Amino acid sequence: MEKIAGTAWQLLITLDPQLLSIVARSLSVSALACLLGCAAGLVGGSYLGVARFTGRGAVLTVLHALLAVPSVVVGLLVYLLLSRSGPLGAWGWLFSFQAMVLAQAVLVFPVAAALSRQVVDDAEVLHGEQLRSWGAGTAMRALLLAWDARLALLMVVITAFGRAISEVGAVMIVGGNIDGFTRVMTTAIALETSKGDLPLAIGLGLVLLAVVLVLNALVALLARWSAWDSRAARGMAGAL
Amino acid sequence: MELLSVNAASVRLSAQTGAQLALSQVSLRINAGERIALVGANGSGKSTLLRLINGLLLPVQGQVRAQTGISQAMLFQRPHMLRLSVLRHVALGLWLRGTTWTAARAQALQALQRVGLADLAERAARTLSVGQQQRVAMAQALALQPALLLLDEPTASLDPHAKREVEALMEDFARSHPQAAMVFASHNLGQVKRLAQRVVYLEGGRVLADLPVADFFNPAVLQSRSPSAHLFTQGELA
Repeated sequence: MEKIAGTAWQLLITLDPQLLSIVARSLSVSALACLLGCAAGLVGGSYLGVARFTGRGAVLTVLHALLAVPSVVVGLLVYLLLSRSGPLGAWGWLFSFQAMVLAQAVLVFPVAAALSRQVVDDAEVLHGEQLRSWGAGTAMRALLLAWDARLALLMVVITAFGRAISEVGAVMIVGGNIDGFTRVMTTAIALETSKGDLPLAIGLGLVLLAVVLVLNALVALLARWSAWDSRAARGMAGAL
Repeated sequence: MELLSVNAASVRLSAQTGAQLALSQVSLRINAGERIALVGANGSGKSTLLRLINGLLLPVQGQVRAQTGISQAMLFQRPHMLRLSVLRHVALGLWLRGTTWTAARAQALQALQRVGLADLAERAARTLSVGQQQRVAMAQALALQPALLLLDEPTASLDPHAKREVEALMEDFARSHPQAAMVFASHNLGQVKRLAQRVVYLEGGRVLADLPVADFFNPAVLQSRSPSAHLFTQGELA
């Protein structure tokens, strides 16, 4: 075991090209997916946070249900969409970088939408009437309140990125885990472990752990910053 | 000149599921230059009536008719500041009503000078004291140059000093805008006596008295016109 750990460590400190390319691909797929999924999720979630319409409850129920959908199911749906006989088969994206981005974006969307909906809904309770009395319509309120709650929304983005980078099922199905092409950290770990090549799997696992740790540290930092900001505001407001 | 009228309006809040209405068959005329106080116990419908007048709530029956082009501004019981500087917070309201951002900032600064907070224009609005925040909200309302100013218990969460400051601003508004009307909800009968010309008493979502301030504070007149309003004032004044 010590020998395996030593080899894994060696791969990390010598910046092994294979390991680096997998890490870089993994980060770029998840970053791009997060960008797309969060862009749609934050816009949709913010709008749902302020809009009141018939059927809103049903939409929210579906959105919350989507949070619990396993990544392999998302992978399967995107696979069906992109397969040769699927509606998007003509794009020729199956087993490509784009397919992995699409699958992770679909996975990230409900996370970003549901969490941002809650954040903006809370802000609407506080500021909604005031903004409405100033003449702000639904879209403008969604925009202003999302901006007002930007710290909390940044936490949502980081959480969404964490969901994307750590999933394995969707990218495995739509990417195919092709060496040098669609192999990312999670799929490589799964493959190398099954092959018995533990040093690379452990090395990638350590990188993945480090990424997740950094993300969580960022969320904690933002949460503390946000709480401090609110406390400071309340403290000053209460002090008179 | 009539600025706005509420005609037999009833309001049901979305949280209410039963038959009870937050406002029931309420009628009210608001004329230019009037200072009207809405009084009544908690849950009597004062805030709901102000929200109805401001268009934040829609009646399930009856109607609200406002003079065309009339501008309104509303102050809430507890000001909630956005994560903006004081100046931007005030300017935002103007911008949302169609003023260009540059002009909105200039007008906002003038309004802040009027309420004595120009020095704090660049401070984060949320870090101000509650009293200062209410003055910022007042500056925001004044900047809109409303023909109808609505205030929902504007001094309820303030200490006596901050209360006096906001009352002074209300008096200043009434003096400097003789054609504008001001409608405020209050539990403070002393404040009502000082600031209002007319008092509307609400109970259970209904208007039970609508009297000139002198008549409202004349026990004999009030008892003959509205015994429950009389009881309310006795309870409040005891």
